[in-house]
Amino acid sequence: MQRPIDRREFLKFASFGGAVFASGLGITAYGADSAGAKSTAADEFYFVQLSDSHWGFEGPPNPDAKVTLKKAIASVNALSEPPDFIVFTGDLTHTTDDPKERRQRMAQFRDIVAPLKVKDVRFMPGEHDASLDRGEAYQEFFGKTHYTFDHKGIHFIVLDNVSDPAAKIGEEQLAWLASDLKRLPKDARIVVFTHRPLFDLYPQWDWATRDGAQAVELLMPYPNVTVFYGHIHQENHHMTGHIAHHAAKSLIFPLPAPGSQPKRTPLDWDPAQPYRGLGFRDVEADVKQATYRLDEMPVVKA
Amino acid sequence: MNARRRVLLGAAGLGGLSLLGVRALAQPAAQVVKVAAKKFDYTPNEIRLKKGVPVVFELTSADVVMGFNIPDFKTRTDIVPGKVTRLAFTPDRAGKFVFMCDVFCGSGHEDMNGTLIVE
Repeated sequence: MQRPIDRREFLKFASFGGAVFASGLGITAYGADSAGAKSTAADEFYFVQLSDSHWGFEGPPNPDAKVTLKKAIASVNALSEPPDFIVFTGDLTHTTDDPKERRQRMAQFRDIVAPLKVKDVRFMPGEHDASLDRGEAYQEFFGKTHYTFDHKGIHFIVLDNVSDPAAKIGEEQLAWLASDLKRLPKDARIVVFTHRPLFDLYPQWDWATRDGAQAVELLMPYPNVTVFYGHIHQENHHMTGHIAHHAAKSLIFPLPAPGSQPKRTPLDWDPAQPYRGLGFRDVEADVKQATYRLDEMPVVKA
Repeated sequence: MNARRRVLLGAAGLGGLSLLGVRALAQPAAQVVKVAAKKFDYTPNEIRLKKGVPVVFELTSADVVMGFNIPDFKTRTDIVPGKVTRLAFTPDRAGKFVFMCDVFCGSGHEDMNGTLIVE
């Protein structure tokens, strides 16, 4: 089952023990499970999701492209409490047909994010990083394109749906996913990081993964699964059955809402409100309740 | 076989052939639409079709593997350079639809699309 969810419905969903969602300046929402139990601090931690920095992009949609990522890194470093880890959900660099330039952009991106105070930083590729050489340059700089890690009771799975230029996860990786899931208990807390949406958000704009439904099917038997992704340069929240999918804002230019205009052209840069529509996200995990509180953060605090 | 029987069989055979002929005529002939892809566009990039009339796209790529995807009809194929890829398609509804490359092919990939107009 797939259906879009609006903000009100999402908050309602939160009250049933699902993901907890908060967005906007100063607006927060906290989750309580259906039994009303309170989590202890030991069950909670937070991480930061950054996405779609497109390092190397130049153009009117972001005349400030050379400093936007750097400002976001400074804002993450300025957070009052450091996150447990930081994740970049793909399109670290903007695509180029020149393999040498691609590597140069990756090296520059790596240098720009090096000042992050939190040293546990997880990467994954987007199609701009990996689709033209099946992830070859990306792996030279950032390692594997799909992997898992565990943190404080949550099993994190990084899925690569971009190294295949046809936007497929592929049989081999799906078998790897099936085998990884098989060893987990049914009540495992699972978070999936990926670049493209795993469901057909808007295939007319290439906002889909061709075999994403197979990954969702493998995840479906597990009641505590949440997906965080990038690619679409805007916040978006969607349910496939009980699985919540949260898209993150970009750090280069925002894109229009799915199907809201004929072409997927970037939204205009507004000099009066630089960085409007851009930002990163804090995700506070309540491991016991398997809920996630999302706070959308601007590139630069007003 | 006597002469009368041969005449009857012959008549039956002719009847069968003419029936086949009528059936063949009843099927609308598939219109061939040639589409040439290259980084990062299609020629033509606007295609007009008639609802219910079958077409066969004859697709070629001048450089790299491309996709030809009409998401609203869940119809797609790869276009491999050096050969003609044929894709049979019958639009069953009218409107304006996107066709696009769904195989990441380079820096202009995201703008590689066209419009299908079904009347």
